Amino acid sequence: MDYDCLIVGSGHGGVQAAVSLRQHGFAGSIGLVSDDRDLPYERPPLSKDYLAGAKPFERILIRPPEFWATRNIDLLLGNEVTRLDATEKRVSCANGAAFGYGQLIWAAGGRPRKMTCAGHELRGIHSVRNRADVDGIMNELASVQRVVVIGGGYIGLEAAAVLTKLGKAVVVVEAMDRVLARVAAEPLSRFYEKEHRDHGVDIRLATGIESFVGNDGRLSGVRLTDGEMLAADMAIVGIGILPCVEPLVVAGAAGRNGVDIDDHCRTSLADVFAIGDCARMVSGHGLRIESVQNASDQATAVAKTLCGGPAPYSAVPWFWSNQYDLRLQTVGLSSGYDQTVVRGDPNERKFSVVYLRDGVVVALDCVNAVKDYVEGRALVEGRARIAADILADNGIALKSLVNR
Amino acid sequence: MSTFTVITRTGQVVPVEGRNGVSVMEHIRDAGLDELLALCGGCCSCATCHVYVDDDIKVRLPALSIDEDELLDSSDYRKAQSRLSCQLPFTPELEGMIVVLAPED
Repeated sequence: MDYDCLIVGSGHGGVQAAVSLRQHGFAGSIGLVSDDRDLPYERPPLSKDYLAGAKPFERILIRPPEFWATRNIDLLLGNEVTRLDATEKRVSCANGAAFGYGQLIWAAGGRPRKMTCAGHELRGIHSVRNRADVDGIMNELASVQRVVVIGGGYIGLEAAAVLTKLGKAVVVVEAMDRVLARVAAEPLSRFYEKEHRDHGVDIRLATGIESFVGNDGRLSGVRLTDGEMLAADMAIVGIGILPCVEPLVVAGAAGRNGVDIDDHCRTSLADVFAIGDCARMVSGHGLRIESVQNASDQATAVAKTLCGGPAPYSAVPWFWSNQYDLRLQTVGLSSGYDQTVVRGDPNERKFSVVYLRDGVVVALDCVNAVKDYVEGRALVEGRARIAADILADNGIALKSLVNR
Repeated sequence: MSTFTVITRTGQVVPVEGRNGVSVMEHIRDAGLDELLALCGGCCSCATCHVYVDDDIKVRLPALSIDEDELLDSSDYRKAQSRLSCQLPFTPELEGMIVVLAPED
């Protein structure tokens, strides 16, 4: 089967690309191919409301089942694309299926990094990336008391929060000397460490995993690099993703960490776009960003381009994470920051961390501080240059600092 | 059976069958109205499900929370009738309500 536009990946990027193409009047055929077997669903709830049992699968579907046919979008589920022939303009799948394309949008995301130490193949060790992963966790939970979460990033901490609320004894093991080290500054890390500890989570920093041990093929414990053995009925591994781009790279697309894209999300291959978690935008920030906002906004930009109005991608990144009753909202990109300012009091569980680079506000992490998040966006957009003591003064609304 | 009406940005009038306890955002999404992004999935973390609700129905809606109020401030199109549709669970008292999708920011 050939499609005028073939989309690989049924996450937020792939789905938004399909929806947005139709919205902007794309009249050609659209195929949405994915190794996932489920109808497209939202990913963020997997480590939050879905894992907690607060939302059933039907409520995290991105669109209702009948939607796809009404938009004339062919869902080609259960097909893992393993090869791309950029000359013949054709992809082929592990199961032998093959699809031709006029335009290809690669939105295959990433696969979770796995542990490789001794015992990694034991049952009871899980990732959190797709519905099947989380169903695997939920199916075991009734007989699980002790959980070791490996990795103190957002996925690991969100899972830890849910599992603690479900009454499990949770240990978080983080290799760095603070949680969220890759994405946030120390004040935010220390705040979340304290919150989790106050909720009963045992957090081990600067500690690695030596091995997993088991009984009858099932996990029974986790040995740490400091020699300690933690009894465990389940381990959840949240140590990042590896972008799914092998077929593109083998076909000759440029890219080392993911696939490189220009400001129109074009790869170096003709008629092949890439968006979302797997794509690194070479121009501008030069980063590969893993977020719903990034995937969705890049998808819309590509759809507009394919519908005849070339649309360079330029959006201020934003992100959120919910843990316990804490609402974290991030705006901007903190990478490369050289100064941070804490605004408000972490002890009151309502504060923001402002990130500056060369004196310019580049990002904010806002905890239970929606007003700072909303007003701080204008500072990031305007590349505002504001003195640290003024930013730190919670009595001064950020709004009043725009265009100073 | 309770119904309400959604008016899209292009003026399309769409009747929707209300489901008790399900948010107005989910109703709009499930009706296939693609204009509403609702990117955060309904956890009151963004403002991409912004709608306008008639004044006379407003009294039957849950009160505006501080978070919702502050998020709405991020829109250039905020009006007195503004709400985030993910924060409005449908109830039979909302029968006949008219919901207008706010312009995209």
